[in-house]
Amino acid sequence: MLLSVRDLIVEFYTYRGIVHALNGVSFDLDKGEVLGLAGETGSGKSVTAFSIQRLLPANAKIVSGKIVFDGVDLLELSEEKMREIRGQRIATIFQDPHTYLNPVFKIERQFLDVLKYNDPEIKALENKKEAERIAFEKAVEMLKKVKMPAPERVLKMYPHELSGGMKQRVLLAMAYSLTPDLIIADEATTALDVTIQAQVLEIMKELQKEKNLSVLLITHDLGVIAENCQKAAIMYAGRVVEIGDVKKVLISPKHPYTQGLLKALPRTDKEVELVGIPGTVPDLVNPPTGCAFNLRCPYAKEICRTKVPPYTLEEGSTVACYLYGGK
Amino acid sequence: MVTEVVKIENLTKHFPIVGGILQKTIGYVYAVNDVTMSVREGETHGLVGESGSGKTTVGRIIVKLTNPTSGRIIFDGEDITRVKGEALRNYRRKVQMVFQDPYASMNPRMTVKSALLEVMKIHSMHKGSEYEYATKLMERVGMSEEHLYRYPHELSGGQRQRVVIARALSVEPKFIVLDEPTASLDVSVQAQVLDLLKELQKQYSYSYLLITHNLAIIKYISHRTTVMYRGVWVETAPTQELFKNPQHPYTIALMSAVPVPDPTLRREKIILKGEPPNPIEKVVACPFQDRCPYVMDVCREKMPPDTDLGSEHLVRCWLRA
Ligand SMILES: Nc1ncnc2c1ncn2[C@@H]1O[C@H](COP(=O)(O)OP(=O)(O)OP(=O)(O)O)[C@@H](O)[C@H]1O
Ligand SMILES: Nc1ncnc2c1ncn2[C@@H]1O[C@H](COP(=O)(O)OP(=O)(O)OP(=O)(O)O)[C@@H](O)[C@H]1O
Ligand code: SF4
Ligand code: SF4
Ligand SMILES: [Mg+2]
Ligand SMILES: [Mg+2]
Repeated sequence: MLLSVRDLIVEFYTYRGIVHALNGVSFDLDKGEVLGLAGETGSGKSVTAFSIQRLLPANAKIVSGKIVFDGVDLLELSEEKMREIRGQRIATIFQDPHTYLNPVFKIERQFLDVLKYNDPEIKALENKKEAERIAFEKAVEMLKKVKMPAPERVLKMYPHELSGGMKQRVLLAMAYSLTPDLIIADEATTALDVTIQAQVLEIMKELQKEKNLSVLLITHDLGVIAENCQKAAIMYAGRVVEIGDVKKVLISPKHPYTQGLLKALPRTDKEVELVGIPGTVPDLVNPPTGCAFNLRCPYAKEICRTKVPPYTLEEGSTVACYLYGGK
Repeated sequence: MVTEVVKIENLTKHFPIVGGILQKTIGYVYAVNDVTMSVREGETHGLVGESGSGKTTVGRIIVKLTNPTSGRIIFDGEDITRVKGEALRNYRRKVQMVFQDPYASMNPRMTVKSALLEVMKIHSMHKGSEYEYATKLMERVGMSEEHLYRYPHELSGGQRQRVVIARALSVEPKFIVLDEPTASLDVSVQAQVLDLLKELQKQYSYSYLLITHNLAIIKYISHRTTVMYRGVWVETAPTQELFKNPQHPYTIALMSAVPVPDPTLRREKIILKGEPPNPIEKVVACPFQDRCPYVMDVCREKMPPDTDLGSEHLVRCWLRA
């Protein structure tokens, strides 16, 4: 087990009151495994990613829970140790490249800095010139790996001179150059055109296989999950409500929310009649008691409105719903 | 008989790029380079293409938010490309546009009621019975009278988009441009809005131009579809036919690239090489030549001719000419 998140509870303190963003998130990620994390807007996917990296904003608080990475609880680590993990072992790629690429510096400066501060070999070099040269070579090599045309030229460019797909590939190259154990990709291809998204996902797949990396692939696109992940986790209102083998979750979903999501999805591969899920996602300042889905669920019963459903194993998938577990 | 509500012919739009100390035109953004298509009464015509391919610009030209550089717009059989004054006001009542972000297209300080009444007032519609008509509209989009008294921030995303649709309907248009109408919505809510659009069309015979990059939505709701690349239409066909039998190399690549939520399907994807095109380069010859796996010499020299494949399926590619 490379990563094990347990009962993670995260709150935000806002003028509106306390936002209960994560309400007991649990999942495991094996070495070499690609886990897809899906769910509608506000369900807590990004907050989960930020929590793992310990990069939550100041108004957030991890109330309780564990994030065990390679045997160590990240929540117990000093900030210094955590910085090392962020630099070398867990890399993140976000939807918006601006959070990572500074518009005023050329790609070369930013890429080489990442390597000089984080790559153990380059960091160890005494001779600064030598370090620059080796870092440059490594950057070029990594850009070639992500199939960037003319990598030397790209290094001399500013971020705004690159297309969205190229920026995303620069970020991929930077992230993979540190040979991390875990990559967290948060909607990394969402803003790209489908043909470009296909290019980028293909590159991610190759790199993942080559290094046997673990990937947490966050996306609201169930198609991306179906084609790139072995396991799928579905989030709703700050909880993972269903997790299992991707085939099980997407072909024979167990949780009423997962079922509803799939019935609401227009598809290119077959003719469907769409059925929307009535109502809207709950306000996380005043979340409903019991199962957070109970206001929209066609099967809700008395207990659903009072007590949070525990996890049960149902035909290989783990589900948080009172319909299962033989009660 | 099929009636064409809107027809655009060889539409182009080149935005000047102004620069230098003299603020002279130093080049153009070639946003729309040659689009011909039509929308029939009661029909949804889908317009797909990648980001920057000129879809929104085509929509804005049709509703006359901007003028084309060249080409014609025919509405109900009349050339309205250059109409002004009273005729333009009349036209504005018959066509409406719904934008992607419902929040950005609503005034945050205006209740739903004021927003609806304002539009009716501007177009002098339903004089004296504006309020009754507003309540009727709310019902029509699946909301209630009570929602009329809310501000945009008091509505959910799906409800806001419904209000924006209600506002477009308030002038009783014949034709509506829907620009990514559900892109800001979650799938569970998107399904509600798509079905609403379908239902309204069935009841009132609205014609839609549906702009989207989501092929699954196209398949669900469009009768015919036009594919654009670099501001040029490259293929057009009845939607079912297009999905069964795509002919243009870009359409084929696009369809193969769409991720399908069925993990048991293992398809070979066509991975295109190269980057999205640069819109400040003039389009001569085939717009797809830089990324096409089948490019030939002729593709770089001349624009491929319009090839009619029968059953209303047209394509522009030298391979099919
Ligand atoms: N800085 C913040 N301050 C207050 N609340 C926040 C903050 N960041 C996130 N939240 C809240 O936490 C919840 C989870 O948000 P999160 O960004 O994780 O959602 P998400 O699943 O990533 O959604 P999306 O698909 O839109 O990216 C939401 O209710 C959100 O409003
Ligand atoms: N007012 C304008 N001035 C200059 N250039 C413009 C203007 N409006 C659009 N463009 C440019 O024209 C091209 C086409 O833009 P348009 O918005 O029509 O594309 P689109 O197909 O709708 O893309 P998207 O899918 O991203 O919405 C783009 O390169 C855009 O930057
Ligand atoms: S626990 Fe109850 S309300 Fe929640 S999804 Fe299951 S049946 Fe529905
Ligand atoms: S005309 Fe030539 S370059 Fe263009 S799509 Fe056809 S084969 Fe490809
Ligand atoms: Mg997010
Ligand atoms: Mg657009």
